Amino acid sequence: MAASAIAVQNIQKSYGNVHALRGIDLEVEKGTILGLLGPNGAGKTTLVRILTTLLQPSGGSAWVESFNVVKDAAYVRQLIGLAGQYAAVDENLTGRENLIMVGKLYHQTLREAAARAHELLVQFGLEDAADRRLKTYSGGMRRRLDLAASLVNKPPVLFLDEPTTGLDPGSRLALWKIIRDLVRDGTTVLLTTQYMEEADHLADRIIVIDKGKIVGSGTPAELKRMVGGDVLEIHLVDPSRTADAAIALRSLENGAIEIDAEQGILRMPVEDGTGTLPKAIRALDISHIAIVDLSLRRPTLDEAFLKLTGHRADMM
Amino acid sequence: MNKQLKRWNPWWTLTDLLTMVERNITGYRRVPQLLIFSTIQPVMFLLLFTYVFGGAIRTGGSSSYINYLLPGILAQSAVFGAIQTGVGLTVDLSRGLIDRFRSLPMARSAVLLGRTIADMLRNVFVILLMLLVGYLIGFRLEGTISDAVSAIAILLLFGFAFSWVSACIGMVVKNTETAQVAGFIWVFPLVFASAVFVPVESMPDWLQHFAKWNPVTITVNVVRALLLDSSSAQDTATYAWEALAWIAVILIVFMPLAIWLYRKSE
Ligand SMILES: Nc1ncnc2c1ncn2[C@@H]1O[C@H](COP(=O)(O)OP(=O)(O)O)[C@@H](O)[C@H]1O
Ligand SMILES: [Mg+2]
Repeated sequence: MAASAIAVQNIQKSYGNVHALRGIDLEVEKGTILGLLGPNGAGKTTLVRILTTLLQPSGGSAWVESFNVVKDAAYVRQLIGLAGQYAAVDENLTGRENLIMVGKLYHQTLREAAARAHELLVQFGLEDAADRRLKTYSGGMRRRLDLAASLVNKPPVLFLDEPTTGLDPGSRLALWKIIRDLVRDGTTVLLTTQYMEEADHLADRIIVIDKGKIVGSGTPAELKRMVGGDVLEIHLVDPSRTADAAIALRSLENGAIEIDAEQGILRMPVEDGTGTLPKAIRALDISHIAIVDLSLRRPTLDEAFLKLTGHRADMM
Repeated sequence: MNKQLKRWNPWWTLTDLLTMVERNITGYRRVPQLLIFSTIQPVMFLLLFTYVFGGAIRTGGSSSYINYLLPGILAQSAVFGAIQTGVGLTVDLSRGLIDRFRSLPMARSAVLLGRTIADMLRNVFVILLMLLVGYLIGFRLEGTISDAVSAIAILLLFGFAFSWVSACIGMVVKNTETAQVAGFIWVFPLVFASAVFVPVESMPDWLQHFAKWNPVTITVNVVRALLLDSSSAQDTATYAWEALAWIAVILIVFMPLAIWLYRKSE
């Protein structure tokens, strides 16, 4: 456990009869991004709130940098940054004043707080807007300032609860880059998201959670593999030649070929889709089998999610 | 990453509080609507009662009606102002700011105290402004300056106490509009079934029981006695003790309750 930045053991949380978390175990290695993926109501925010000392668990234990989130909350708070789904910033203050206020609440001297605020404003491209009140900020700017505020104390562990929900694609990409840079510099990140694409793009490991339970975990590649490898789909000009095509392609297959003789379609699981594609074309060419269409279908995290939870990610 | 962890320094309880007071005061300075809102209403009441109803109200004293009314309006604006405490907290709650503060290694007491103290400072401004407006339309201080300072101090404490009631309401209802409406619901009977506008003796019997012991009436009694020099020193002292007792009771009940609600706010 000493090696993990975050360790969670059998954490449970109930609100009355609502069991938001039903026993979660996980570990996050230092300097990596864990993506916590789950639909609305899965319990993502609840877990983040427990790990950031905002909420007491009903059962189980959790540690951040080896400090217990309940017993050593005062230390945990010095080690974490939190940016939630809503930009938690003071509308009546300027961007700079917001960051300085947070620095003072970390008990930095005014000079330290001002220097750090300036550094962050530059890093997040908010220099020009630094002395404007937040009322004039766009949604993306607010979210960036919120993330900046969570970094005031240079926390080794950062919690991001749906950091890009509601952002336009441009702002989302900008935020992704910032997050990747932070991890490159050694920060550990636990990120929750409803977007497969985001988890796929950012996370070293993904934990899929649904109705308060972990239903799957692994690297993005592993999760995709769970739903099967790549599939090559070949549509022949002449449906009567499907048997010939199957023979021609036999050396490339990785599992049983599925044949639809009526339509003239073959579906062939393959090990390495992009590598197999040209070989398949050559093999069919040699046997003089004409094709209408040939496509490679790669499994998506969406499919992995569907298989793990029995429903789509964007549905309740 | 090896971070130097800081041990808690008791001094931070104060510096965190100052940071939070400063933050709230900055808000009031930047959004003058809030200040205007909390002064326009009492000014309107002042004008309305002085010029429209005042002629029909018999207060039984020797002073002019504006002299009778102004102490009442001061107490009224302190209570109305307290509504803003709860409303402001709900804004912070819904913006996620309270979550941010709770995730920081700061003093737990600073968020609520920072808000209630900032609201008390705002009341200094409101009271002085009301005194000025009152003076312009005929109010004349009959007591000494030190009596007036005591009266202002009691009004500030009174508003501070009600800020904690309002904070509890804010933490419970969580929604800004609800806090606004809920605020008026508890404030209205307190303000109108009191000696703010008319003597309690002019009310029906059943209402007098409530009005006589209403903390607003008690506070108005002492403020009136101090500003108008209308009571014997002994009566004034009795009123003052009654007012301070009310303030103490409200604080003893609602301060811990608000802190408890804040801690468990999940
Ligand atoms: N304060 C609360 N009181 C009651 N139920 C809650 C509360 N907060 C969350 N829940 C419930 O707990 C479950 C998990 O919620 P949450 O952690 O917010 O999920 P997510 O962040 O994945 O959308 C949901 O069913 C939600 O309705
Ligand atoms: Mg959530």
